Amino acid sequence: MAPPPIVELRDVSKRFSAGPLVLDRLSFAAQPGEFLSLIGPSGCGKSTLLRLIAGLSPLSGGSLRVAGRTPDDAAADLAFVFQEPTLLPWITAGRNVELALQLRGIPAAERRATRRQVLDLVRLGDRADAYPRQLSGGQKMRVSLARALALIPKILLLDEPFGALDEMTREHLNEELLAIRAQQAWTAFFVTHSVAEAVFLSDRIVVLAPHPGRVHSVVPIDLPQPRTEETRLSRAYHGLVTDVSRLLRSVEHAAA
Amino acid sequence: MPSKPTHFLLPAVTGALFIALWHGLHLWLSEDLRFLLPTPGAVLGALRDNAAPLVRATLNTTEGALLGFGLAIAVSSLLALGLSLSALVRVSLYPYLMVLQMTPVIVVAPILVLWVGPGLKSVAVITFLICFFPLVVNTTQGLISTDRNLVELFAMWRASRLQQLFLLRVPAALPYFFTGLRIAATLAPIGALVGDYTAGSSAGDGGGLGFQTIIYSSQAQYPALFATAAVTCALGFVFVAVVLGLSWLALHRWHDSYERHDT
Repeated sequence: MAPPPIVELRDVSKRFSAGPLVLDRLSFAAQPGEFLSLIGPSGCGKSTLLRLIAGLSPLSGGSLRVAGRTPDDAAADLAFVFQEPTLLPWITAGRNVELALQLRGIPAAERRATRRQVLDLVRLGDRADAYPRQLSGGQKMRVSLARALALIPKILLLDEPFGALDEMTREHLNEELLAIRAQQAWTAFFVTHSVAEAVFLSDRIVVLAPHPGRVHSVVPIDLPQPRTEETRLSRAYHGLVTDVSRLLRSVEHAAA
Repeated sequence: MPSKPTHFLLPAVTGALFIALWHGLHLWLSEDLRFLLPTPGAVLGALRDNAAPLVRATLNTTEGALLGFGLAIAVSSLLALGLSLSALVRVSLYPYLMVLQMTPVIVVAPILVLWVGPGLKSVAVITFLICFFPLVVNTTQGLISTDRNLVELFAMWRASRLQQLFLLRVPAALPYFFTGLRIAATLAPIGALVGDYTAGSSAGDGGGLGFQTIIYSSQAQYPALFATAAVTCALGFVFVAVVLGLSWLALHRWHDSYERHDT
């Protein structure tokens, strides 16, 4: 028997005040440790969905369970990574990573240890004392990721985290993210515009259709683990990228 | 950015040219009009001859300016905190803050003298009125301009309102606060002088630069008037320099308005 899902959506709907329906009765579940990508044309509500899971916005209908609780009660199990690094510019990278731990009242020595560990994970161990503006775009994003990892979350929510970076940096960070995943067992919800990125990272891709947002299809990605640079050269990978791109285009055509 | 020597040399050259032009203008005027524009030398002489009263007046004006400036910083910061809490409060109060700013101090001064008495208190209150507006507007703007994503992160981290205020909103508002502070620093000595001119003259301590202005103009001591203007200007520079120093201390490590030094 499969373990109970860590995140479960049943008929989740969302509308903002009197506006049109943004999400229309979404149902799907994520297993512990699973990597799920959410893709779909703009207006399909994928960022809104992520914000619902994060407890940043209330549901309008249906039910959403995160680690067996409401998103609001599960806040301690969640970490969110925005598209922008969203660091406090007036404190160093290291202090940024520690901040959430500090708010949770974790003692300084323990904070210091966690900070060293997660900065090493994102290969920025030597930049703890740099201020955000002294870091490159990719480095800032790594600090932002490290800050989320420092919370040792059960569920990692990523809203187009590498969307603003160049192709090379993005591919590097994708590989690093998977390497970190091998060491920390979180479940990921990854919003992206890039089919290639989604295929490379995911166990399953949830394709959303727009106006109102709804689940169009769920595509399992059965590429072998671990995924490396080699994966991107494989025929299976290219086949999946082509299939999902076609799927996405048909969703866009249907919407137009 | 020009290199360092040019940085000092260029203003020095401009200054020298300006003084030469000034002196030339004096000589160009006919004999009977030259009293209108005393030579730079004459102004220096007046500065030396009036050193004692000018120093005393400068100290008095500085005291009033500092009191009013400090009061404005304290009150504007508290009010800005209040204003930042709710858009309704902002909408309700903003027009009246504008009224405060639009009301000419010269008109209010005699009333203030009646209320708080002449001398230092009036000078401080008038300085306060002049410095207050740019401070409260900028600080409020800073407190409500916090990055929304950061606010949401703090919410997800279950930060208390106080933690959100002191770890997020206040530091984020610092660049705005210092913008207001720079404007207010240029206004503080002028405010104190105007206050002294209109409300400080009957003070027992001999008055400030405004009072000296009244004396020198009534005695037609034009070089001394120029000297008074120069001293007021210098006082303004000191105020601004201190604020720029504080701003540098608070911001240079992280804010984009300061040059970046890569490690």
